[in-house]
Amino acid sequence: MPIIEIKGLTYTYPGASKKSLSDVTLTIEKGEFTILTGPSGCGKTTLCRCFNGLIPHFYAGDLKGGLRVADLNVNEHTIGEMAKHVGLVFQNPENQLFALSVEKDVAFGLENLGMPREQMQERVDWALKMTGIADLRERAPHELSGGQQQRVAIASVLAMQPDIIVFDEPTSFLDPLGAQKIFEVIADLNRKLGITVILVEHRLDLAARHANHVVIMDDGKIALDGEPREIFNSEQAWLLGVGIPKAVRLWRLLEESGVALKGVPISSDEATQRLKEVLWR
Amino acid sequence: MIEVKDIYFTYPTGVEALKGVTLTIKDGEFVAIMGQNGAGKTTLVKNFNGLLRPPKGVALIDGVSTKDVSVAKLARTVGFVFQNPDHQLFSETVEEEIAFALRNFGFDAATVEKRVTWALNLLDLAEYRKASPFMLSGGERKRVALASVLAWDPKVVILDEPTIGQDHRQKENLRQFIVQLNEQGKTVVIVTHDVEFVAECNPRVVLMREGRIIADGEAKRILTDTTLALEASIVPPQIAQIFHGLAFLGFPSDVIDVSEAKKLLVEHFRELRS
Repeated sequence: MPIIEIKGLTYTYPGASKKSLSDVTLTIEKGEFTILTGPSGCGKTTLCRCFNGLIPHFYAGDLKGGLRVADLNVNEHTIGEMAKHVGLVFQNPENQLFALSVEKDVAFGLENLGMPREQMQERVDWALKMTGIADLRERAPHELSGGQQQRVAIASVLAMQPDIIVFDEPTSFLDPLGAQKIFEVIADLNRKLGITVILVEHRLDLAARHANHVVIMDDGKIALDGEPREIFNSEQAWLLGVGIPKAVRLWRLLEESGVALKGVPISSDEATQRLKEVLWR
Repeated sequence: MIEVKDIYFTYPTGVEALKGVTLTIKDGEFVAIMGQNGAGKTTLVKNFNGLLRPPKGVALIDGVSTKDVSVAKLARTVGFVFQNPDHQLFSETVEEEIAFALRNFGFDAATVEKRVTWALNLLDLAEYRKASPFMLSGGERKRVALASVLAWDPKVVILDEPTIGQDHRQKENLRQFIVQLNEQGKTVVIVTHDVEFVAECNPRVVLMREGRIIADGEAKRILTDTTLALEASIVPPQIAQIFHGLAFLGFPSDVIDVSEAKKLLVEHFRELRS
């Protein structure tokens, strides 16, 4: 069942002469884990702003085409209404957190909805547990590590129980282990809760293994749209210069040297497993 | 040459960021400083150009203590490119941004003009000469910040998290650019979390944890040591992970480069066939 349906979407920012989105058609199914990537300035962030109605309600400009998210026509629903269905997590958690305690930060969105106190407490507990930070509830967000802060930001969004969460390069500021753990939290939300995940990301080595849908944009258009292995192994993806995972690169280089191995591994574990099967006899 | 000897640094908040760091970086070296968030990486490199001065221990640049020289004078030798270009940029045009430091260093107008043009071309920014830095994209602003430092031709260039926000192609350009700077004799120090980027550059790696250096050596040795990686919150590069899993077949365990990985595997397959 599609949760995002975009047909022939074209958008120009107010005062801009160039279209930022040009005839974008894209379907995202409920429960998918989609990686959205492409060169800087390709329109990824602009597209994400359409998912929760920031475009056209906040940014205005010229929007044409069909845009349905969670069975709602985005044009006809306010940002506030869309926020119940679509959550956003940004690159730098510092820009998102502001309260004096983790608990208060996570409760903030719910307070705005006017949720009864008891129900709110339950929601906050649940969101903290799901993101693995129940023990940090009394702490001040600004005292936490970058990885912990990003979990708080995710918990705040999760507490609203959205159908879709859009993550915009959520691990850029984290050390690699912290980044890996955040990707695992995101994958968990997707697998265990069935939340539709859209991950905007340049660094695909750590994230690719979790995705079942990859969309590559270029110059305001959808350049490639499909299953991760197929996309990362396609000639076009290489030409567009996106960050192909190293395991896929290795497979390609081996093939060029006359060693063609079956399948396309998108993680180091998969590559190791395949090589073991072939080499250990 | 940069030498820090047993330096300590505590922020006014009480955070002990450096707890006895000793490190020497020779002229012309390429060093990546890595480690977990809050390990003290940025604090350490800020001691290389006098932005911070150690209350205990000594930081020497070409043999002179940073305590005896002004930051302005140190900057002539050690250029610092901040993680967030917005902490650095403030002028109305890109051209002005690059000219600012040059004028402060007392270069004459003709030289300033020459150096600005040189730096703009070097970083592919000539078309933005008269543009406001704030109208540019994040990646472009990062290049302006880098151009403004390279314009005065410092002997040492420090880059704090240069790959954040850069797409794959921009990162590849940056890598080639940094390697080229280093080959031309500049000392390059980068602070980064980007393991795959470091695996491609192959610099000397200094690994930090909780205010101390826990390892120092060739990238291929440091990034393939799984115990060290865990201690420093590093995830080994994908190629290193693959070869770690193949070590029992007699493959070397210190492979981080995809071309080397291919070569080793192709040789192995040839032997199997013959």
